Amino acid sequence: MRRERLSVVANESVGPYTLLRVARGSLEPGRPGQFFMLEAPGRVLPRPMSLCLAPRAELAFLIDPIGPGTRALCALERGETLQVLGPLGNGFDVEVERPLLVGGGIGIAPLPYLAQQLPGAPAVLGFRSDWHAEAAELVPNAQVCVEPVLVTQLIPDGMDVLACGPEPMLEAVRRVAPAAQLAWEAPMACGYGACYGCAVEIDGQLRRLCVEGPVLHAA
Amino acid sequence: MLLNASGCLDALTAPDVARSLDAFVTKTVTPLPREGNAPARIAETDVGMLNAIGLANPGIDRFLTRNLPQLEKLGVPFWVSVGGFQTDDYADICSRLDDHAVVSAIELNVSCPNVEAPVESATQIVAAARLATRKPLWAKLSPAAPDVGEVAQAAQAAGVDGLSLINTLRGLKLDARTLRPALGPGQGGLSGPALKPIALAAVASCYRATGMPIVGMGGIQTGLDALEFIAAGAQHVALGTVLFADPDAPARIRMELHAAAAEHGWNSYDDAYAVAHEESLSLRTT
Ligand SMILES: Cc1cc2nc3c(=O)[nH]c(=O)nc-3n(C[C@H](O)[C@H](O)[C@H](O)COP(=O)(O)OP(=O)(O)OC[C@H]3O[C@@H](n4cnc5c(N)ncnc54)[C@H](O)[C@@H]3O)c2cc1C
Ligand SMILES: Cc1cc2nc3c(=O)[nH]c(=O)nc-3n(C[C@H](O)[C@H](O)[C@H](O)COP(=O)(O)O)c2cc1C
Ligand code: FES
Repeated sequence: MRRERLSVVANESVGPYTLLRVARGSLEPGRPGQFFMLEAPGRVLPRPMSLCLAPRAELAFLIDPIGPGTRALCALERGETLQVLGPLGNGFDVEVERPLLVGGGIGIAPLPYLAQQLPGAPAVLGFRSDWHAEAAELVPNAQVCVEPVLVTQLIPDGMDVLACGPEPMLEAVRRVAPAAQLAWEAPMACGYGACYGCAVEIDGQLRRLCVEGPVLHAA
Repeated sequence: MLLNASGCLDALTAPDVARSLDAFVTKTVTPLPREGNAPARIAETDVGMLNAIGLANPGIDRFLTRNLPQLEKLGVPFWVSVGGFQTDDYADICSRLDDHAVVSAIELNVSCPNVEAPVESATQIVAAARLATRKPLWAKLSPAAPDVGEVAQAAQAAGVDGLSLINTLRGLKLDARTLRPALGPGQGGLSGPALKPIALAAVASCYRATGMPIVGMGGIQTGLDALEFIAAGAQHVALGTVLFADPDAPARIRMELHAAAAEHGWNSYDDAYAVAHEESLSLRTT
């Protein structure tokens, strides 16, 4: 577990989202689906973010500014620094035969890095609006749908689904692809097993998502 | 000594962080296993956070058979935090821990929100625990009592060896959009920087009331914060919420603490012990 102060290389708009690029320092990018805890300037707690891309010597995060912490992260400017801890948690298992990447909204965040490790894998992405759908440019081979069309309508049978998105989407994906690997979210204070704040029901028991997940096998 | 605050570190998941402390304090252990509350269990507030973990823990049986041997292997001295819902719960757990030489001390979490009348129940719990174990006993008190110094005196009379100050204070956060509680169970315990002045006041009051050894905690983020707790009358300090943002906080705060003491011309931060009380005396008399 490493934590380091990294400096911002760029903060770029992608539709309503922001791609925060930081110099990597000595941190490892980790496996797709793993996450980092990012210091949110002015806030008490850091915020969990999936690694979106690992350009040379950088780490990049796709951030949806929905509250004080994410807005502070999106407002960072080139040259400013922030503490970053990670990589944390368990990522996707990429040893699958017929991968299909499924993402909804900001849930597409881990998919660009995942796609790099699964070259040629198809993706289906769902968004709330055309503006949000601009983020689809980050994911190769993607078929995009905008509400009211839902991604679950685009999932063919017999695929090894790797999905990230809002909870209702993951529940729906689980129904059509019972063996899918799903990346879940929970409010997290620490990201490394210290607070027991991120408990979710796993195998009928409340367990720490930051330790057991965030990627869980649906079955 | 630098410790963690109970419930703010899992030594088995993050052994390196535990090893950077002088002693590790476990999450509160209760008689029976507890899954804890349904999510959401944490929410950030303006200068702190709320938690409603609900004392999730394996229960004393599994703690003894599974956790204790693993904690022993870590090689860090550790304290066990003990909780319960009636006096006997505390006494039972204390007597079962008493045989385990590896447990350096017991912290009685008598600041559980379920405990109604703090003075009487804290006294009874301490007295019963005192009969059940020879280990050093620390009473963890809540700042919500009308007079925490009075609770501390009662705990001292009942045989406690030191005080841990303070536990969280009850708070509520509403989701700005829905105006419903942000936490699953509704309310939670407030920790972090917002707690610091309240914690300092509790440390100072209990120091004046008892002169006992105190572990000070509540919103410590920097070495200077830690020095203030020592000045208010804490011999030791514990880190809670700061560990969530910064697992390297123990080493950092130790360094900052030495630097802050040196700035006052002290060789050791021990020289700061209770100086706040001398200071206020001279201010009042001049
Ligand atoms: C493992 C993991 C990876 C994540 N990866 C990304 C990512 O790559 N990009 C990204 O933009 N976001 C990601 N998130 C979500 C992000 O961490 C939260 O949006 C952020 O913490 C919100 O902070 P805030 O201060 O902006 O808003 P807050 O004020 O904390 O929250 C605003 C609203 O969102 C809700 N909320 C907050 N956190 C969560 C959560 N974790 N799950 C569900 N609802 C929540 C709150 O209840 C509130 O209604 C991830 C979360 C996890 C657990
Ligand atoms: C997530 C969380 C869990 C906690 N669990 C316990 C617990 O099990 N037993 C206990 O005595 N105190 C518990 N506490 C209280 C802390 O030990 C400490 O008293 C309090 O957080 C104040 O310190 P801080 O501001 O540095 O966090 C918990 C606090 C937090 C934030
Ligand atoms: S986020 Fe703290 S235990 Fe998972």
